[in-house]
Amino acid sequence: MDFLTSPLLPGLIQAAYIGAAILFILALAGLSKHETARRGNTFGMTGMALALGATLVLAARNSQYGDQRPLLVTLGLIAAAMAVGAAIGARRARTVEMTGMPELVAMLHSFVGLAAVLVGFNSYLAEDHLEGSLATIHDVEVFLGVFIGAVTFTGSIVAYLKLSAKMKSTPLALPGRHLLNLAILIASALLLAWFVPVDGNLGLVPLIAMTVLALVLGFHLVAAIGGGDMPVVVSMLNSYSGWAAAAAGFMLSNDLLIIVGSLVGSSGAILSYIMCKAMNRSFVSVIAGGFGSDGAVSGEARDYGDHREVQADEVAELLADAKSVVITPGYGMAVAQAQYPVAELTKKLRDKGVDVRFGIHPVAGRLPGHMNVLLAEAKVPYDIVLEMDEINGDFAGTDVVLVIGANDTVNPAALEEPGSPIAGMPVLEVWHAKDVIVFKRSMATGYAGVQNPLFFKDNSRMLFGDAKERVDDIVRALG
Amino acid sequence: MRIGIPRESRQGETLVAATTITAAQLESLGYDVVVESGAGVAADQTDAAFTEAGIRVTDADEVWASDIVIKVNAPTADEIWRLRQGATIVSLMAPGRSPKLIEQLQAQRVTGLAMDAVPRISRAQAMDVLSSMANVAGYRAVIEAAHEFGRQFTGQVTAAGKVPPARVFVVGAGVAGLAAIGAAGAMGAIVRAFDVRPEVAEQVESMGGEFVRVDMEQEVSSDGYAKEMTAEQEAATAAMYDEEARNADIVITTALIPGRPAPQLITAETVAGMRAGSVLVDMAAANGGNVALTQADERVVTDNLVTILGYTDLASRLAAQTSQLYGTNIVNLFKLLTPGKDGELVLDHEDVVQRGITVTQDGESLWPPPPVQVSAAPAAPVAPVTRPEPEPKKPIDPRRKFFAAALGAVLFALAAAYAPPSFLGHFTVFALAIFVGYYVISNVAHALHTPLMAETNAISGIILVGGILQVGSDNLAVTVLALVAVLVASINIFGGFLVTARMLQMFRKD
Repeated sequence: MDFLTSPLLPGLIQAAYIGAAILFILALAGLSKHETARRGNTFGMTGMALALGATLVLAARNSQYGDQRPLLVTLGLIAAAMAVGAAIGARRARTVEMTGMPELVAMLHSFVGLAAVLVGFNSYLAEDHLEGSLATIHDVEVFLGVFIGAVTFTGSIVAYLKLSAKMKSTPLALPGRHLLNLAILIASALLLAWFVPVDGNLGLVPLIAMTVLALVLGFHLVAAIGGGDMPVVVSMLNSYSGWAAAAAGFMLSNDLLIIVGSLVGSSGAILSYIMCKAMNRSFVSVIAGGFGSDGAVSGEARDYGDHREVQADEVAELLADAKSVVITPGYGMAVAQAQYPVAELTKKLRDKGVDVRFGIHPVAGRLPGHMNVLLAEAKVPYDIVLEMDEINGDFAGTDVVLVIGANDTVNPAALEEPGSPIAGMPVLEVWHAKDVIVFKRSMATGYAGVQNPLFFKDNSRMLFGDAKERVDDIVRALG
Repeated sequence: MRIGIPRESRQGETLVAATTITAAQLESLGYDVVVESGAGVAADQTDAAFTEAGIRVTDADEVWASDIVIKVNAPTADEIWRLRQGATIVSLMAPGRSPKLIEQLQAQRVTGLAMDAVPRISRAQAMDVLSSMANVAGYRAVIEAAHEFGRQFTGQVTAAGKVPPARVFVVGAGVAGLAAIGAAGAMGAIVRAFDVRPEVAEQVESMGGEFVRVDMEQEVSSDGYAKEMTAEQEAATAAMYDEEARNADIVITTALIPGRPAPQLITAETVAGMRAGSVLVDMAAANGGNVALTQADERVVTDNLVTILGYTDLASRLAAQTSQLYGTNIVNLFKLLTPGKDGELVLDHEDVVQRGITVTQDGESLWPPPPVQVSAAPAAPVAPVTRPEPEPKKPIDPRRKFFAAALGAVLFALAAAYAPPSFLGHFTVFALAIFVGYYVISNVAHALHTPLMAETNAISGIILVGGILQVGSDNLAVTVLALVAVLVASINIFGGFLVTARMLQMFRKD
């Protein structure tokens, strides 16, 4: 075991960590473009393998010093735990439906949160040789790490439950909910003041009390946010999970953890910001929750006129005669699993020489980029899938727009009615097209609970029913 | 403001920058439009017709003294000298190839707007004069070819024998090429076409042409223009050009590379191998030509009786039509430049279109503009917001922001003064990594946000490292907790990476 006791080893391990950190940065940079995305993922996996390998060596080295458990037992335990985790993770990754991606991501976030809490507790329990300001700083780091981890943990679980419809997606509006959050924060700060000076395992009392409070806070924070804001919440939790890892890095004095944690943390924060901007909402108001709360926001009983219905075969005729068609999908398409028939319809129309394109709103779906993933799964070429800004100017020259399962993202009220709760949010201006066909189950409102004047415009018609069946009908009618 | 429409000074130019219809449209935007006497005659726009439409016809001096002068061809040195200081001149300018013109415009302190520098984005199509002129020119190229060609285009079986249809080969399927394909096809010819951008095959087919494929890797265009081919690709396509040209009765070449001489695609040997009576129309003649023997503005007949047309004024040969299209492009531009519809021209440099066409202003050269990605670029969709703030916060009063920053700095300085060096080392890493993350993530395409999130998720499973190091502890509770942490973090790592790989597998393109 000369190798493990060699004085060169710490340097080598550090080098491996630096290499891993660079690989992670390259991984995220690679993911910015389609061409390099797969390479980026490979970089990420390589970096992870390198980091884990180095850590295992480090763990082995540590067990050479001090009278701990035998090396092989330790490594065996680690290998067993990792094997179980890998098996579960791989199974989930293979079997998850692309429509279920938001749930999976939310659930994975909760694991990071849980791991951060556990690592934090361990770090506290194992702490023995720190003194003075170092001990104080370490205590604060542990406390913060556990706090962020716990909030991430329950927050992600609630997000998961809401996204998978195991919990009602309407916001939980307790009276004085902002005060409640504030009270928890203050109480946690007081517990911190109690926790830091205490020596020995007595400190566990404030630590556990704070953990419970943080778990409640995470639950309450996300429970108070409506389903429509879940894309922001998911990326916000992504950010939190990063900060949790960074905090763990501080308490373990591990730069790799700090680097990766801050990368992930700032990444999630930017994604949240981009999405808030897309919805014209401030970040704070989303986090504070309560949006999309009262279905009666647009309560003023307005008469928008009548909507007109259309049948699938009429839509097929319309499409066959059209020169250019734009499809604007929303979460409804994901729910109905309509992406495959939509892709088939697209192919049919393109073969007939119709110019078919997709217009994707930045917050369509329940996860940023959700629609792109679904369409890619159904093998729609990505060069006809355009962003809102790219396609908005083209609607005036478009013959037919198919709105499939989208509602708030195509709502003209955002631009026309200053009093509307979604006023100012940029939307796909589909109503400029010659004909608009809206696929919908019923006349109910979208997540924001706002009535959509689009349905009552002269050039729009409603095609009621399950989006998948209706699109299938159209494909059949096209022959 | 007054807009002046002068008579074009270039020899043989038939176009005019405004017709009676478009001049009236400019007036409805609040401008006072004056036209030089005789400016539109060659394009069937008589002075009387202008007067009837309510447009004042006047002499050259008054036209050139206007606040805004709109032309077709780039102004000559004399013409620039006639402009008022601070006036605006709108015309085709080829700014990339005319450094001298830019200097002259700067010296005279006039604002130069180049109509041929409109970025090729969807929104600006209504102002894209190159497209509208190329469209007309492509049509005219076929007419010129038909005129020279000693036979009909349509195949016929008659009592006097069978006439084969003409075979037309079009090189370059841009606007001009597509227009030529459509026109030749409509006249009954068999049309084959080639373009270095494979993605236009569909457009060629939609116009009734057959796309010639070369078995090699072709690049997808990212800026809406074809790229010049690499030497390797050129070698592979040369044989194809030779074969197609020899088989064709009529060859129309339209290959242009922005800011560079036109690529020479049809060699002298190929021309020598073509049948007598064949016609080549070289639409790139103004930029050096795609055919070896082309002479700009000339009709060349080779020894083996192949006619090569190098006319550069194809669009001008349909003067009324081209003037109307050019005029409408101008009107669309002025709609953009006159937000108040009050006859006041406003240039907004934040707008990529307006910035793109502005060559000079206030004696300064603004050429070249920053590059614009066209929306048609299939390869790299760009996220709409690329410069978000690092910390997502509500916009607040700048003073409060300042005080908060100052307070933060003071607190941090105090904390740093008392903190041990090892902590500060970690903190440095922490701060730097946040900024690296910010810049790296800012560039991610919107379509990839879901894979990105799964990836960051997998990466944040790195917390596993903490767990692994704690397993070896002699405290049993710690070991157990650490093992649980290792387990859940492993789920994260393996699940995250695999699901990212699965998603990325799906992203594809035709």
